[in-house]
Amino acid sequence: MLRFVLSRLLTFLPTFFGVTLISFAFIRVLPGDPIIVMAGERGMTEERYQEMVVKLGFDKPMLQQYWDYLTGILQGDLGESFVTKQPVWDEFFKLFPATVELSICAMILAIALGLPAGVIAAVNRGKFFDRALMTSALIGYSMPIFWWALLLIIVFSGNLGWTPVSGRIDLLYYFDDVTGFMLIDSVLSGQEGAFKSAARHLILPTIVLGTIPLAVIARQTRSAMLEVLGEDYIRTAKAKGLSPQRINGVHALRNALIPVVTVIGLSVGTLLAGAILTETIFSWPGIGKWMVDSIFRRDYPVVQGGLLMIAVIVMIVNLSVDMLYGVINPKIRKR
Amino acid sequence: MVDNTSSNGVTRPGPLREFWYYFRENRGAVFGFWFFVGFVFCAAFAPWLSPYDPTEQFRDHILQPPAWQEGGSWTYPLGTDPLGRDMLSRLISGARYSFFVGIVVVTISASSGIIFGLLSGFAPRWLDSVIMRVMDIILAFPSLLLALVLVAILGPSLTNAMIAIAIVLQPHFVRLTRASVLAERQKDYVTSARVAGAGLRRLMFVTVLPNCLAPIIVQGALSFSTAILDAAALGFLGMGAQPPTPEWGTMLAESREFILRAWWVVTLPGLAILVTVLAINLMGDGLRDALDPKLKRS
Repeated sequence: MLRFVLSRLLTFLPTFFGVTLISFAFIRVLPGDPIIVMAGERGMTEERYQEMVVKLGFDKPMLQQYWDYLTGILQGDLGESFVTKQPVWDEFFKLFPATVELSICAMILAIALGLPAGVIAAVNRGKFFDRALMTSALIGYSMPIFWWALLLIIVFSGNLGWTPVSGRIDLLYYFDDVTGFMLIDSVLSGQEGAFKSAARHLILPTIVLGTIPLAVIARQTRSAMLEVLGEDYIRTAKAKGLSPQRINGVHALRNALIPVVTVIGLSVGTLLAGAILTETIFSWPGIGKWMVDSIFRRDYPVVQGGLLMIAVIVMIVNLSVDMLYGVINPKIRKR
Repeated sequence: MVDNTSSNGVTRPGPLREFWYYFRENRGAVFGFWFFVGFVFCAAFAPWLSPYDPTEQFRDHILQPPAWQEGGSWTYPLGTDPLGRDMLSRLISGARYSFFVGIVVVTISASSGIIFGLLSGFAPRWLDSVIMRVMDIILAFPSLLLALVLVAILGPSLTNAMIAIAIVLQPHFVRLTRASVLAERQKDYVTSARVAGAGLRRLMFVTVLPNCLAPIIVQGALSFSTAILDAAALGFLGMGAQPPTPEWGTMLAESREFILRAWWVVTLPGLAILVTVLAINLMGDGLRDALDPKLKRS
């Protein structure tokens, strides 16, 4: 087992360095001089320019610059935002909980609906239920979520007036961040109606972000279930006279879950990509919106740092899923 | 000539016929296929099919609703947008851009992906590791984010969006090709070709590649739809095609502020994206069923 963990870590390291190299290269391959971009329309004096070159380390040899960058990262130093002058690291972790909260809700929605849908479709293979569910899943999978978001806004916010259009909570409520998760903080604040407001703000973004993972999970669960249902031990269970609920829900689902868990783990990247669109549309103050805004503001240190942080998080999650998979299924370890 | 007659005298159908036989069984796939044919037709003959020029502005008919709604007229069957441009013409021209994006992205990403995949499958171990690690690095970034940042570097335009999406999609082709090459290389026919004196290039492209194509074709169909979706998403974020290009995602972005006043300017371009992507995905599912020998019922 230790060998398995070590071998996975060994493939993690080169990828990590590659990712740092890409984010390091990002600011240097941009067309134009980042320092001039930073100065904006006011421009800057020659003296100030030279000062900035030294401050950003552009006067040193490339290799030295990369080394400084790398040691900086490992100490949590991702540079400062051009716009807010705040450390990128701090900004990232201030906004990250908002994205995590949204992603967790979306994932819960996707699992809560996708797993049963997949099981029901597999058990009723070829029948009406199966067709209807799988057609909906394929539609969900093909959905341009930015359009889906606009449609939901038209119906639920515009016509019915049920849900708010943007933000995380009504402006009426104000309280300090404790955990960064609005649902928890609103309860902790003890203000009446705050939790309800936070929850209502979450509904539409959750549906939008959860749609594609939901479709993927439903499809994957169905095909995994179909494979398992053909196995001999299921026939044995049937012959023993177990109820169909027990066979499908316990005997089959348990084994079908292994590939499904992998898919769930690997959809973290999809979620973060979806968060870019979802957060932009709903003005959700998370890292997806932060990245898009920074790209438009040409706030390059933020783009660079955010890109690196997101990639590292995706890599860590994938690595954990990989290892978890090895724990669940001993056959994987041997390879 | 290849002899298709087996010992019992029954002719084996040609490969295309056989493919169609299996493909036909999936009704959704056939629907997707015919829709796709229609989509290609729209893309090819857009200037002749659309009633007006997609960028022409009819300032007297701003935000006119579709014909069947009150206030609409058959002059503009699907209504007009905030600048008085005909929606139908813009949607038809949009098919052209989406088709173009799909074709270019799949061509670039599949051809480079296949070459790297073949190289990786045949190369010595160190080169294989290098190629695969580079692909891992690309895959570590969420695809839309990487495409967005690449476009930020290259400058927002449809061409750059296509390049960025092709780079992001390419690792999937590399992995897939490498996996099938590694599986095929073990087989006897490859050994016999090598014994017969086939060079490395011949082994790669003539002996092994044709037998790896089935999963690559399926991936190609799926990448086609992903490319359309991602290009539309980039357009929506203002990083893809620039106005007044009638690209579907860009059209959506332009009409965002009218969502509560004029449903058609928002609904129709999105519907066009959804239906096109859905049709291609249906077709992809059918392709997989028809091409994957494991799923074939004998």
